[in-house]
Amino acid sequence: MLENYELSPGEKKFIGWHLVFGILALSIGSLFGPLQAFEHAGLDLYPYLQPLFKSYYQGLTLHGVLNALVFTTFFITGFLTLTVTYGLTRPLRYPKLNAVGFWMMVVGLVTTAVPLLMDEASVLYTFYPPMQAHWSFYLGLTLVVVGSWVEGWGFYYTYYAWRQENKGVRTPFISFSSLITMVMWQIATLGIAAEILTMLLPWSLGWIDGADPQLARTYFWFTGHPLVYFWLLPAYISWYGMLPKQAGGKLFSDSLARLAFWLFLLLSVPLGFHHQFVDPGVPAGWKFLHAILTYSVFLPSMLTAFTVVASLEYAGRQRGGKGLLGWIRALPWDDPSVTAQLLAAILFVFGGIGGLTNASYNVNLVIHNTAWVPGHFHLTVASAVTMSFMGISYWLIPYLTGKKLWKPKWAVIQSWIWFVGMIIFSNAMHVVGLLGAPRRTPLGLAPYIPEEWNGHLLRVGIGGAIMFVGMYLYVFIVAKTAFAKHAEPATVEIPVAEAMHDPQETPDWLDRWVPWLIGTVALILVAYGPQLIDQIANISLTSPGFKVW
Amino acid sequence: MTTKQSMHIDPYEKNWIRLSIGLLVMFAAAVAVAGFALGIQVPTSEQRVDPKTVAEVGPWANPGLRELSPGKYEAYVLAQTWQFMPREMTVPAGSEITFYITSKDVQHGFKLQDTNLNVQIVPGQVSKLTITIDEPGEYTYICTEYCGLAHAAMFGKLIVE
Repeated sequence: MLENYELSPGEKKFIGWHLVFGILALSIGSLFGPLQAFEHAGLDLYPYLQPLFKSYYQGLTLHGVLNALVFTTFFITGFLTLTVTYGLTRPLRYPKLNAVGFWMMVVGLVTTAVPLLMDEASVLYTFYPPMQAHWSFYLGLTLVVVGSWVEGWGFYYTYYAWRQENKGVRTPFISFSSLITMVMWQIATLGIAAEILTMLLPWSLGWIDGADPQLARTYFWFTGHPLVYFWLLPAYISWYGMLPKQAGGKLFSDSLARLAFWLFLLLSVPLGFHHQFVDPGVPAGWKFLHAILTYSVFLPSMLTAFTVVASLEYAGRQRGGKGLLGWIRALPWDDPSVTAQLLAAILFVFGGIGGLTNASYNVNLVIHNTAWVPGHFHLTVASAVTMSFMGISYWLIPYLTGKKLWKPKWAVIQSWIWFVGMIIFSNAMHVVGLLGAPRRTPLGLAPYIPEEWNGHLLRVGIGGAIMFVGMYLYVFIVAKTAFAKHAEPATVEIPVAEAMHDPQETPDWLDRWVPWLIGTVALILVAYGPQLIDQIANISLTSPGFKVW
Repeated sequence: MTTKQSMHIDPYEKNWIRLSIGLLVMFAAAVAVAGFALGIQVPTSEQRVDPKTVAEVGPWANPGLRELSPGKYEAYVLAQTWQFMPREMTVPAGSEITFYITSKDVQHGFKLQDTNLNVQIVPGQVSKLTITIDEPGEYTYICTEYCGLAHAAMFGKLIVE
């Protein structure tokens, strides 16, 4: 049944529009990456961008908001529309509802972009008060998030309709995991919704005089850490449910793949205090509890490492790979989509190790707010996630447009360029962070730079330059593909991996929502409830807004 | 459905899971020992102040060092755009210094280079951390949170003699 199912032209177009806006945001946001990297290496190009772009911080805000918030959200909602409907082999139950969600996101994007481009919202993508952006910035972000919720509701109606038609059948893995991703996102974003709607928006409109910066941080990081799983889980959907097929193998363990996703739902949210280890207004005991919970969420990532590698090893051996590591060489490295995702996964190993360091309570004191942190998350969101999305788009865009990928060889090279640039960049950022270099700082202007940082800062610039080439080669390839006038027609089959064992053999409790949802809410109440009640009960809206850029 | 249900966990994967759990327990234990036995602690909830008046009344109206007893100091540091008050402090080697840091405007950061002292400065809150420095030298403290255009220029010096 899966083989014969095809998305309608309207659905393809709908998903395509998600990609258009997502990749457009990425191509604008990425312009500023090298500017920051070059600045660190001693070459400040910002003065030449006057009066178009005012400052390093306007660039840094655009970089973070467009890449990490806008590109990801648009790409993910588009990709999940595909995995939900194709996996369930049925169209969206209420396509108009999803369309409403999508256009809300577009309106939100424009509403956010205007103050960003006018330098009225250079508050970085964490927008910590009492730095105050123009109200339209907060309103726009709200619309993007709520729009993504509406699309999610559309997924739930679709799933419900499918369930009525298919009682007793295991939810197909790619749809199952997509739905969990969306539910996790909707729970997680309650934090940022509370922050903006009860505090930042009325405050920026002048309806209330002050903000409570500590409570705002707590709200923000309620959402801020699960946000990274919202980015990561769609990549995992591909690694578990699609990549094995592309590599010529099978999903090694259907049951553990599902268990990993349930654990991500359960554990993604109640650990946000590990971003606030050095906050003055959070008791140390709660920080320690969240440190332990953060370690727990490392477990589903370890499950993922085993299952994905085992699936790939099976694929490599099916292709004739021999010996302990020979199967790696036997994987289809000439397929740009596979190469991008394999390299993404390799970089993610280092991202994971660094993440564990960050989560380690007092060890965090050494690296908190240093260049180590952006070094780390460029391995996660800008490598594991972004490279996987690039790899997905190398089959997805041909599937949606019916046009063959423009020069697949160049697409393979593109991944390697990004990989090499990222290794140089992120290693240098980690090292200079360990030496004490702060993040979010135009270090070329800092009067306190010791001599020993300079070599590493130069490597930051070199890595950034290489990544710049990799990024725009990607944009060029997908644009060339999508807008080609006389392209060869492509017949793309959506890669969906079979599991080694029939998913019907997977235990029932891994396909039941209610117990897992109850567990998720309960754990959040335990890990966050008392602190949230305490901080809200003692709210003091004493901080007026500042525009200091 | 009559299909027989099973998790199908490979023996290698079972061992991998055991190893992962073992590693995490070990890390947690190490962190707990360092934190609660050796006293390498993160800041905790301290006291609240009014950021609008903190620069005028109370100890931050007159920021700087107070010697409590020989070798024991309190340092009241006020962060503002874009400087620390005081910009320079001097203590003898081997002193124990307890920092009380707050901000009168936006958020800042305070990181004393080459030490474990690293804290977020949040308006309305007081960041308190204690440190003993034995090694003489000049220690730079820098702002580690974006606080506006001249954030990169915000730093001070602790001189240990």
